[in-house]
Amino acid sequence: MNKKIGVYICHCGTNIAATVDCEALVRFSSTMPGVKIARDYRYLCSDPGQDLIKKDIREHSLDRVVIAACSPRMHETTFRNLLLAEGINPYLLNIANIREQCSWVHHDREKATEKAQNILRAAVARVLGQEALTTRRFGVQPSAMVVGAGIAGIQAALNIASGGMKVILVDQAPFIGGHMAQLDKTFPTLDCSSCIFTPKTVEVARNKQIELFVSSEVKEVTGFVGNFKVRIQKNPTYVNFARCTGCGDCLEACVLKKGVPSEFEEGMARRRAIYIPFPQAVPLKAIVDKESCLLLSKGKCKKTCVEACKAGAIDFDQKEEVIEKEVGSIIIATGYDPFDPRLLPQYGYGVYDNIITSLQFERLSSPSGPNLGEILLKDGTVPKAIAFLHCIGSRDENTNLHCSRICCMASMKQAHLAKEKTGAEIYEFYIDINAFGKGYQEFYKRVREEGIFFIRGKGSEIFKRDGRLIVAAEDTLLGTPVEIPVDLAVLGTGLTARRDAEKVAQTFGISRSADGFFMEAHPKLRPVATQVDGIFLAGCCQGPKDIPDTVAQASAAAAEVMSLLARGEIEVEPTIASIDPELCAGCKLCIEICPHSAIEFLEMKGISAVNEALCKGCGACTAICPNKAARQNHFTQTQVLAEVEGLVT
Amino acid sequence: MKIDPKTFIKDFQLNFCIQCGTCTGGCPVKYRSPLNMRRLVRETHLTDNFSSISKRAELWACTTCSTCSLRCPSGVKNVELIMGIRNFLANKGEVPSTIRDALENTLLQGNPWGRFRDRRADWAKDLGVKIFGEETSETLLYVGCAPSYDPRVQSVSNALVSILQKAEVDFGILGKKESCCGNEIRRMGEQALFKKLAKDNTALFKKSGVKKIITISPHCYNAFKNEYPDLNIPVQHYTQVLADLIESGKLNLSKGLEISATFHDPCFLGKQNKVFDEPRKILASIPGCDFIEMDRSRERSLCCEGGGGRMWAEGGTEGKRNGEIRIREAVAIGAKTLATACPFCLLTFEDAIKISGLADQIVVKDIAELIAESI
Ligand SMILES: Cc1cc2nc3c(=O)[nH]c(=O)nc-3n(C[C@H](O)[C@H](O)[C@H](O)COP(=O)(O)OP(=O)(O)OC[C@H]3O[C@@H](n4cnc5c(N)ncnc54)[C@H](O)[C@@H]3O)c2cc1C
Ligand code: SF4
Ligand code: SF4
Ligand code: SF4
Ligand code: SF4
Repeated sequence: MNKKIGVYICHCGTNIAATVDCEALVRFSSTMPGVKIARDYRYLCSDPGQDLIKKDIREHSLDRVVIAACSPRMHETTFRNLLLAEGINPYLLNIANIREQCSWVHHDREKATEKAQNILRAAVARVLGQEALTTRRFGVQPSAMVVGAGIAGIQAALNIASGGMKVILVDQAPFIGGHMAQLDKTFPTLDCSSCIFTPKTVEVARNKQIELFVSSEVKEVTGFVGNFKVRIQKNPTYVNFARCTGCGDCLEACVLKKGVPSEFEEGMARRRAIYIPFPQAVPLKAIVDKESCLLLSKGKCKKTCVEACKAGAIDFDQKEEVIEKEVGSIIIATGYDPFDPRLLPQYGYGVYDNIITSLQFERLSSPSGPNLGEILLKDGTVPKAIAFLHCIGSRDENTNLHCSRICCMASMKQAHLAKEKTGAEIYEFYIDINAFGKGYQEFYKRVREEGIFFIRGKGSEIFKRDGRLIVAAEDTLLGTPVEIPVDLAVLGTGLTARRDAEKVAQTFGISRSADGFFMEAHPKLRPVATQVDGIFLAGCCQGPKDIPDTVAQASAAAAEVMSLLARGEIEVEPTIASIDPELCAGCKLCIEICPHSAIEFLEMKGISAVNEALCKGCGACTAICPNKAARQNHFTQTQVLAEVEGLVT
Repeated sequence: MKIDPKTFIKDFQLNFCIQCGTCTGGCPVKYRSPLNMRRLVRETHLTDNFSSISKRAELWACTTCSTCSLRCPSGVKNVELIMGIRNFLANKGEVPSTIRDALENTLLQGNPWGRFRDRRADWAKDLGVKIFGEETSETLLYVGCAPSYDPRVQSVSNALVSILQKAEVDFGILGKKESCCGNEIRRMGEQALFKKLAKDNTALFKKSGVKKIITISPHCYNAFKNEYPDLNIPVQHYTQVLADLIESGKLNLSKGLEISATFHDPCFLGKQNKVFDEPRKILASIPGCDFIEMDRSRERSLCCEGGGGRMWAEGGTEGKRNGEIRIREAVAIGAKTLATACPFCLLTFEDAIKISGLADQIVVKDIAELIAESI
């Protein structure tokens, strides 16, 4: 049967027409074999533009369409839907990209037009060989897994649960809440972090739709969107949570009296080997740290904790447990690590007392912290002068180039709290004040009004003179070096990707951007999606964020998950590979190269075969198969060669 | 070669600067001269009248300690900028006269002081040291200019020779054929002379069959390790060698010294090349040595002002010298010996001790001298 192709050339306003002679393209198209009709139009994607094509399809019984316009990433779907509506298989469409690949990158009209002709010739040659394909459909498991239970993970889990779907919430820490649980008051409104936060953690524990796994990590993820299989490893806490009442009797009894630095208190207080991270922890259970526990690390202890526990909850025989689950979708919300200021030795962190990180300041200032909220020096006295140093480990080529976004505000919040509590003289050493959020400039103004000194210059180093800490910098607005004596220096340490980010990225098959954080599918238009269908991102694991942005992104990720789960089934592109059993020699090269483990070997027949559900259509097998047995829909040998030939003739 | 200051923007990435002042805030001469690195970067970036900038006396106050460029968050090449401006001046013959003399001396005699080339190895005459060319060895002890000619620093060269001999290390020196490494020459702006020295020295080392280099000065160490383009011979500062010898038991420190000592990190050894632990390990292994750390140590060590051609510059600075501040700091923590491992540090501290009148309270010693005393 003779093929009837319609060719449409878009001006894209002047985006294309200014550089490419569209009318010449129309004339040229009409000369190509198979082309029944060719037209140009100002905006093909507009309604009148589409109507024009529809009318032609009906009047000229077109069966294939070539659109010469912008990148297929922009409007392929638009025009495929058009074909579908007109009863033509959407895979009989081809887009010739004459904008990004031609008009935008050239100036010479004549040469650009010639290049556009080549692109168009290739597109027409290819469309002749294109085949009708049908999309595949799969069912979707009506449940989700959220990895990381900071404010991002909690918000996402609660949203999904309130939509009536099951959520598995996994955190590797023994408690939920992440960093927000450590904060004192929050900028810019100064509401107390635990007051706004505790109701949410309590709700997580109470909600029947949410199954919580703490002290757990995700070991393996297989399957695909709608049908992920996950293996969760529950690490032993050596306390039976079903029995533990959280009374704390064991803590007192533990023989490790001198204790070890408490992680939750950022090393500002000590804990025993068996401990409850903090009094409002959810779940409120004791856990044993196997590193510091004498019995577990040295093999010998009187086990006074076991004696003390009236509930008989302590169980040193507990082993790790692996749980398998099936979920339709996944949200990753693993948060951040604070920058380690030891990497910048000029600031004397770890050398001197009273140089602390901003997170340590949060604990110092928190009513539940080691000083019950009083801001005191190591020796128990009240500081008379305090310095806050911005951009430590951020905006710095030697460490991290990105701006951590929250530390200007966090520093100013802490300056306010410190002023209020100590009356000390306070200095903020900054490069630029990044007060971008709602109410943030207003907060900045307020803090200035409170009499805090802002010195525009980055702290260069800290040393000691006459028993006081000296912060050396330049007041760049005056152009004079300054050395300011203080009693307490708070390093505004930035937010960095978590230490185990690479491992997590590999487990879930997602990528990371140059700054180390997980990469979104599109920085503007798909900020919570990843390149893996069905896996989404929320919170600081994608990049530094304040709490408002974290919560907003978490809700967005939850919405994506719910719309996916609500659909009940998903359509998957039919552009996948298949292996011709007649041609396959069983060499297994394709199995080796397939990045998605989508090819299995049929032992009985001695040949390879593609698992349709797993294949993502990357084409690796097609390229490597020496026998041309592997073939990819929509990218067949004939189609690709026709296109190449079109380009080079 | 003509230098076009317009290329400075690109060469030294001046347009990356975010004007944060980290450079100026940490500069050891910030209170000693009007030099303001942050402002210099911006002025050089924006100026239409470069020669008015290049005339400023304070450009010669910079010690090239590199604190600024090491801490710069934006990748500005601050020290290279200083060297670039000095290079511009050197090409126009506009460097201060004392600097010009040092440069000319190096061209003629192979050392900035203009002492006779032929007398470079006089210090080693009776020490039984192998001389490359006369005898063979694989390890070169590259002596350097100050350790060859300056009587105070010759004592360090002597000490090191006796230590290496005691540890039965097979090594030789180049004798009269040795020439300046060029590290300070480059920093005073004579890039062309530096290139020549690097080329000639490299050829000489290779011809002499040198397989490994030990230096006395961290400045020579820096030049060989980081700035000789085609050397490809492993180089160690002598503190690294001694630390190894002590650890492997080849060097025994038998005599107790009963001293309380502190250590001043030379900028070219510590900050710039991250050799912090070896000198401390050596001091700690001297029997009877009570090691006390100064507050400003390691990456925060306060530059002694001996580098970057400051040994030959006159004026450009005012107020109390860092050397003096350093001596007082050492005295204040109860140290009776200020140890260091750099000829320039040694000389600036000797001066500072005299000026501050603290000679009865503290002495300055090179680590090599202390070790020689304790074997
Ligand atoms: C000093 C300081 C002060 C701040 N003050 C404010 C403020 O006043 N106002 C404000 O809006 N913002 C503030 N912030 C920012 C705030 O901390 C973050 O916006 C917020 O905590 C981000 O939440 P998150 O859930 O994305 O990450 P996180 O809080 O880091 O939570 C991540 C969670 O994931 C878990 N996890 C990590 N890896 C894994 C894994 N592989 N498997 C399972 N679980 C994992 C962690 O245990 C943790 O529970 C401040 C930050 C700092 C450092
Ligand atoms: S076994 Fe010993 S060390 Fe371990 S938690 Fe119990 S009392 Fe503490
Ligand atoms: S938010 Fe402020 S302190 Fe933090 S990195 Fe950005 S500019 Fe620096
Ligand atoms: S430290 Fe770097 S970025 Fe900051 S002012 Fe100096 S040159 Fe500019
Ligand atoms: S190299 Fe040292 S002396 Fe020179 S400008 Fe930089 S910090 Fe100052």
